[in-house]
Amino acid sequence: MVIGVLALQGGFREHIAVLERCGVKAKEIRKKEELDGIDGLIIPGGESTTFGRLMVDFGLLDPLVNLIKGGLPVFGTCAGLVVLCREIVGSEQPRLGVLNARVRRNAFGRQVDSFEADLEVPVLGPEPFRGVFIRAPYIEELWPPAEVLATLEGKIVAARQDKILVTAFHPELTTDERFHRYFIGMVSG
Amino acid sequence: MALLEKPNGEGNGVKKGTWVVKKGLAEMLKGGVIMDVTTPEQAKIAEEAGACAVMALERVPADIRASGGVARMADPTVILRIMEAVTIPVMAKVRIGHFVEAQILEALGVDYIDESEVLTPADEEFHINKHAFKVPFVCGARNLGEALRRIGEGAAMIRTKGEAGTGNVVEAVRHMRLIMSEIRRLQNMPEEEVMTFAKNIQAPYELVMETRKLGRLPVVNFAAGGIATPADAALMMQLGADGIFVGSGIFKSSDPMKRARAIVAATTYYNDPQVLAEVSKDLGEPMPGIDVATLRPEQRLQERGW
Repeated sequence: MVIGVLALQGGFREHIAVLERCGVKAKEIRKKEELDGIDGLIIPGGESTTFGRLMVDFGLLDPLVNLIKGGLPVFGTCAGLVVLCREIVGSEQPRLGVLNARVRRNAFGRQVDSFEADLEVPVLGPEPFRGVFIRAPYIEELWPPAEVLATLEGKIVAARQDKILVTAFHPELTTDERFHRYFIGMVSG
Repeated sequence: MALLEKPNGEGNGVKKGTWVVKKGLAEMLKGGVIMDVTTPEQAKIAEEAGACAVMALERVPADIRASGGVARMADPTVILRIMEAVTIPVMAKVRIGHFVEAQILEALGVDYIDESEVLTPADEEFHINKHAFKVPFVCGARNLGEALRRIGEGAAMIRTKGEAGTGNVVEAVRHMRLIMSEIRRLQNMPEEEVMTFAKNIQAPYELVMETRKLGRLPVVNFAAGGIATPADAALMMQLGADGIFVGSGIFKSSDPMKRARAIVAATTYYNDPQVLAEVSKDLGEPMPGIDVATLRPEQRLQERGW
């Protein structure tokens, strides 16, 4: 199994490290030719507007949309969540737009409001998951077949739609590998 | 925005301003370009071009260098207007040691503070205790000892000092090469030599040990100070930088939008000479440069900081 990690900008190094700890081969993706032969894709945190600029300029947008619509499993964290959503509040920025959700960027405030919190994530078992939220978005609304996986104070911070998994926080900045193992399960399932 | 509820610390073990979130924002800036801007219009151009953050200033380093006098924190009005103009993180500079300027920037809600040698130092002995703040800090360094002292004081991100406002990459190259070679030497020495190494570079032993184990600085390390072209940005990335600050290089050039987009692309595709050749075409005039050898010692901003 090879999981691609979109390496245009942002926290791709941390995702690759977690995948390697889980015994999965990771591949950095910067160009459309590099998408060949991957079994799943992670879109990391970073700046979603930077991803958009580079995805458009280097012709990645349409190939990615086609692959994901064709069933390629994808896991987006933070900015990765933003670019996967259909609707981004107050923004026309380029996006993949495959997840039935409306997202609000920087929704918890600026960096001084960035925080860590324990989350209940039933699909990962009873043990809480330490969520690291950095200028994080949240999902204001989602619609079927997208489903909520976790909320924080009533706001949707993790969701799944078929083979699309998203978190508003950064599992790759913790030592807890459960979200990555859950995604690896989606790829092999 | 202002009316949104924020996690209030009840239940859930909510903690704000932790080392993880301070260092984490820098991790999310990696592979990106942080651009100096002086107006909301410039900030919008930077965002549109793909900058991962902007540095809000009253004057870019080249103009600070030209005008002389005491350079201070920017007027809060300038910073706030830039914060309102863009959705990407906004950084701002304070003078070395001026912890009240830092308190003001934290109160304004800037996302990152640069305790910067580009401004006139307010303290010639001590830097800011950066652990005391919820907002994260970036600091300049010329060598491993200086980088680890700043991290010891709480910096969650490091950048080379280079020589700001010159459009000349030579000092940034010197500083990045030195830091990388010191790390390689540290990794190759037997453990009994590490304490003396730490003493000689005047760095905290625990951070020296952590650097040795990681094979890199314990925080993100960007290149700054003199980067003016896409090739400069890719050079710094190939030398081991995690990302790029461009100060005067963009808005002192003849076509800022085109140059900004080219530098963003060069920072992502730094190992791809075909892309670098493509984006380097027809960029117009770069900023006029300064030969660093012609600067008098007191004109060398990199000497500031202790």
